[in-house]
This record gives sequence, C-alpha cells and structure tokens, in this order.
Amino acid sequence: MRPRLEARIGASRTMVYATPVLAVALTMACGSVLFAALGHHPPAVLYAFFIQPLSSVYDLAELTVKATPLVLCAIGLSFGFRANVWNIGAEGQLTLGAIAGGGIALWAGDDAAAWVLPAMIVAGLLGGAAWAAIPAFLKTRFNANEILTSLMLTYVAILLLSYLVHGPWKDPDGFSFPQSRMFADSVLLPLLTMGTRLHLGAPITLFLALGAWWVMARMFIGFQIKVVGLTPAAAGLAGFSVNRLIWITLLTGGALAGLAGLFEVAGPIGQLQPSISPGYGFTAIIVAFLGRLHPVGILLSGLFIALSYLGGETVQIELGLPLAVSGVFQGMLLFFLLAADVLVRYRIRWRRAAMVQEAG
Amino acid sequence: MKTTIIKRTAIWLGAAIAATALSAAMPGMAQAEPLKVGFVYVGPVGDHGWTYRHDVGRKAIDKAFGDKVKTTLVESVKEGADAERVIRQLAASGHKLIFTTSFGFMNPTLKVAKSFPDVRFEHATGYKQSANVATYGARFYEGRHIAGLIAGKMTKSNIIGYIGSFPIPEVVRGINAFTLALRQVNPKATVKVVWVNTWYDPGKEGAAAKALIDQGADVILQHTDSPAAVQAAQDRGVWAVGQASDMSHFGPKSHLTAIVDVWDGYYVSRARAVLDGTWKAGDTWGGLKQGMVVMAPYNTAIPTDVRAMAQKAQADIIAGAVHPFAGPIRDQMGMEKVSAGKTLDDGALLSMNWYVQGVQGNLPK
Repeated sequence: MRPRLEARIGASRTMVYATPVLAVALTMACGSVLFAALGHHPPAVLYAFFIQPLSSVYDLAELTVKATPLVLCAIGLSFGFRANVWNIGAEGQLTLGAIAGGGIALWAGDDAAAWVLPAMIVAGLLGGAAWAAIPAFLKTRFNANEILTSLMLTYVAILLLSYLVHGPWKDPDGFSFPQSRMFADSVLLPLLTMGTRLHLGAPITLFLALGAWWVMARMFIGFQIKVVGLTPAAAGLAGFSVNRLIWITLLTGGALAGLAGLFEVAGPIGQLQPSISPGYGFTAIIVAFLGRLHPVGILLSGLFIALSYLGGETVQIELGLPLAVSGVFQGMLLFFLLAADVLVRYRIRWRRAAMVQEAG
Repeated sequence: MKTTIIKRTAIWLGAAIAATALSAAMPGMAQAEPLKVGFVYVGPVGDHGWTYRHDVGRKAIDKAFGDKVKTTLVESVKEGADAERVIRQLAASGHKLIFTTSFGFMNPTLKVAKSFPDVRFEHATGYKQSANVATYGARFYEGRHIAGLIAGKMTKSNIIGYIGSFPIPEVVRGINAFTLALRQVNPKATVKVVWVNTWYDPGKEGAAAKALIDQGADVILQHTDSPAAVQAAQDRGVWAVGQASDMSHFGPKSHLTAIVDVWDGYYVSRARAVLDGTWKAGDTWGGLKQGMVVMAPYNTAIPTDVRAMAQKAQADIIAGAVHPFAGPIRDQMGMEKVSAGKTLDDGALLSMNWYVQGVQGNLPK
C-alpha cells in the first residue's frame, strides 16, 4: 500500500476557516510534549506563553505595538499575493519608509511645526511605494521576476540606511556610533494611553485593514485583483490590464510597508539606527498566509504571531526556557497549518503496491 | 605574566566570594528574597563569541552567590523596538540589577531606567549614564597592541588582513592600536581592512578571510564573532588571531592567540555592590590590568623571544609604562595627530574615526 494525494472536488469552506484553529491546537498539543520532555510543567509553559503576555493593559498595548507593523506589511502584501504578484521585499520597502519619514524628522530638528508629523507619514508611504515601484517597473517593462528584484532591493535598502546612520545622518554628539539624533518629541506619534507605548499607528492600521476589506470585497479593483489571481486568461479576456494591476498591488504593498517603517521609527524607536525591524517584512509573508490573505484574518494572525514573540520572551524570563523553543513552536505551527491545508484540498488514497507497480 | 593576570582575576574573584561569605555571616544582611539579576543579549548564547562571554559572566554571579541570587537571560533581542519591552519586562518582574549587553540597547535602557528608579542598570559599551544606569566596557585595544607585536614578528609577506564589522570607534580603535604596534616591530608591514557589515556571519567572514589571504595576507585579524576566519586561516596555512573567546580549537595550527573578554570579575563585583547597598552609577573601562581583557594561551609555534616580547608588553601596559596610543602617531596622510611624549586621552579614543599610517583603504564614512 502506498499513499497518494488526490485533489478534492471543491474544498470544504468550513475546513478552510477551521484549519488555522486546528493547527494552533495541534501545535499546543505537540508543544506540551516538548515542554514535558524538557522537564517543564506544560500548563505552566502554555500559560506563560499565551496568557501571561495578555494579562494587563500594558501587556495588551505591547502586543498591539508588536502586531502593528506585521499587520500593515501583511495587508499590503495580500493585495499582491491575491493577484499572483510576489513582493518578497516588504522589509526593504519598510526601511525606505523609515528613511524617508525619518529624514524629515531629522531635517525639522527640535522645534518642529505641527505639519511635520503628517508630512512624515506621507513621506513614509511614498518612500515605501517608490522602492516597490522599481520591481513594478522592471516587471512590466522587462518582465523581470519581482521575487528576485524585490528581495535584492531589500539588501540595498538596509545598506542605504546603514550608510546614512554611519555617515551624513550620524548624531554629531554620538561618539561616531551609527545612529541619528533622537527625534523631537513633537514629531513622535502621539501615545493613546499613558504608561504604555500604544501609539496612533495602531488605530490607523485597524482603519486600513477595514479599508482593505472594503476594497477587496466591494470595489471593482478588488474584483479585478481576484480574477487575475485565479484565472489570468479570463482576466485577459475581460480586458483587465495585468500591468496596471502589477503597478497598483506593488505600490500599495510598498506604501503600507513604508508606513509600517515610519511608525516604528516615529513610535517606539524614536530615531534612525542600523536595525529598525527584526524582519517584520519577511514575517509578514507568514502572517498574510496564516490570515488567508483576508484583512480580518490578517489582523488575527498578526496578533497571534506577535503573541508568539512576546510569549517566547516571557518563557525565557519566567521559566528559563531557551529562545530556540519558541522558534520550534512557530515552526510547528506553520508545519501543521500547511499540512492541514494540503489535507483540506487533497485526500489521501491508499493504492495497492501491485497497482502502483503496474502503473509505474 | 599570564599567571599574573590569572592571579589578579583570582584575587578579585576570591575577594568577591569572601565578601559574600562575610555579608552572609552578618545578621541582618542576609536577604530573604534572592537578588534577581537580568541579562539582555543581542545574540544567541552559543559556545563562543561576544554573547557567550557575557553568559560566562552571568554564571560567575551564580557561582559566587549561590541561592542569594537568581539570574535570568533573554537572548537574541533585536536592537529596535523589542529591546525596551524586554528590559521593561525584566524590571517589572522583580529584577533589581539588569545588564544590557549591546550598544543598541542604550536608549531603551535609559528610557526604562527612568520609570524604575529602584532598579540598577548596567549598559555595556555605551556612553550615556544616569543615577541608576552605569556603563562599562573593556579596553580591547590593549589586546590588539599585543596581537600587533606578535603579528609584526610572525608575518613573512608583511601584509596583514583585518576583518572589520562596522566602522564604529571601537573597531577603528582596534585596527589603529594593532597597526601602531605592528609597525613598531615591523615598519614595512601594512594592514588591509575588509568591512563585512555584520558582527556574526560565518559565510561572509570566511569569504573575507579567503579574499585577504588571496591578496597575500598571512596573518588574519577579526573584529567579528564567528570562528570562520580562524578556520579559513588553518585551511590555507596562515596565522589568525581569535576574537572575544579562545578560538584555538577551531584552528589549533593557525590560532596565534585571541583577545578574550572577561566580564566575570566586573559582574560579580556589581552584583555584590547591589547586595551590599553600595552600588553607584558611573563608567568602568577596564583592560588588561583589571583582568577584563585577557590574552588566550599563545600558540606553541610562536618563537620564545616573540612570546617574551608579548609578555613584557602585557606587563608594561598593566604597569602603565606603555600606552598603545603613545605619540608620535601619524594618520594615513602622514599628518602628525599625536606628538612624541603625549598619549591620546579616553575622549579621543572613544570617538576615534580616522586611520593611522599603515592602514590601507579609506574608512567608510
């Protein structure tokens, strides 16, 4: 007997939404075995991992702060992924947004006018979009693969930031260390509640997620994006311009990633430095797929992935578990999600070895 | 002289342990709750390199104070928005002494310190202090001076390869201290620098080492954390000097010595100060003398006279008779930066952003 995968005729809609939950449950079950093997009490670890980071207003604010850039980047990416435009370079677009907006903050100096922060937000959007425009141009003009161009531009963006903070934008009073001056308080994003780091970027992100849902569900452009993604030939017959959609999805993705970068430097970081993102642009790809490329799903998956990072820190502090454990945990989650996806769309058929031999 | 260092460290540690025993014996000094000490690391602990050496220091606290302390570590914390959250979480969960062991944690450490005035913070390699934030670092350049003397005697091609991480004062200072000592014993030798823009990337570091060897370098220095350069040197039959920890087991033939970070004594003394109630903020910049920088055992292939020279230099630095940045010092253009009889002060060392004569290439600005 040998197993074979056979496509199901129409996957169950319920299962499509149930699989992320199932994957989380399986991860917790297998994680418990892992924790027990490491000599820890599984309920205590699961509590420290998933409940403790949610146990106060401050903790919830931190979770939101961590999820904001992930959700923003993932929503931007989801437009492209739905249209088969594979922007892998959100990290670079995020960096350019931070550079463009942060540059204005540095230029404005200590007594910045009220319009500077809005200008920084616009610059963040434009900076990210401009960086995404390069792969869009190369794709539509020369048919260059956007996966490669957007990914490679990420490294260019990070080196550009590195050049700026080591060189022209270096803090003159900073002993030649690679960092800019601190931004003036007046150009930092306003905090929503005292005593936390929850900033204006979070509600803007929520608003944009709802907007994205409206665009995909109710607007003609959303329909075009879905058609191009599902059946490019039909889109061609209907007269939709594929090139136009490549431009729109890449620019949107770039702009939202750029905004995420600006929110980081004008929010919790407050200056430009060589590393402003621990890979949000890449993690956002996982967030986007975990959320089924749906804005509401992305909100939930962004919060969940953010929780997995916070939980990873909490188990280190409270229980002394190594960081590698949270890496294994995240890996298991993705494994189960992908495995469940396969089983929703395919069924396993057991074929007799003899038949396989005949066939092969 | 090596033994002197070990002796000094031992005396320091011994004193620390004795003081602990003493305070434990005194009634009223014993604390019911153990002192919680937190550590924030920029990388994984692993078994060599920067973070590993800090973790060895953490374990020294455990060893010195037993159940009077409880240490906690958080590894691979990125220098961005995450750092503040982790530091705050440590402070909020009862840690009264927190070590943040990377330069990029400076501003987050100060921010958290403001909201937790009763918690003591120790930030490695930074320059901003406050009432409850102390800074500390090590004069690794003293070790670079000794490495320079040895390299000057060991090189045949008179070309030294130097793998730099980022062009920050710390690294530039190391290159300059090395080059000055190198040319003191071998005026014909020059230093080629390759910047890899990373603290840890075995692939890049190995490639940089091979490129430098291809250009004729027969001694490889590194200011990065992985043992890739030591391994590449071993494969190609040239010399290498390890960084942060003793890397001799990665290249027993190539490994001349290593400049080893030793935080144990400092960490134990700071934890003791908190336990005693004598902790004060300030800046500590210790070197060979304080045992914060130690040379790894010299390769047996180093001739006896060279070894003696290195040991004498070490003793002279400890005694204060030799300063690695004593004049005359000329920059790359041949301009005199420090005249004879003068030495660079700490301020100039901490913000160093120019190359001395003998270093090839331009410093990235």
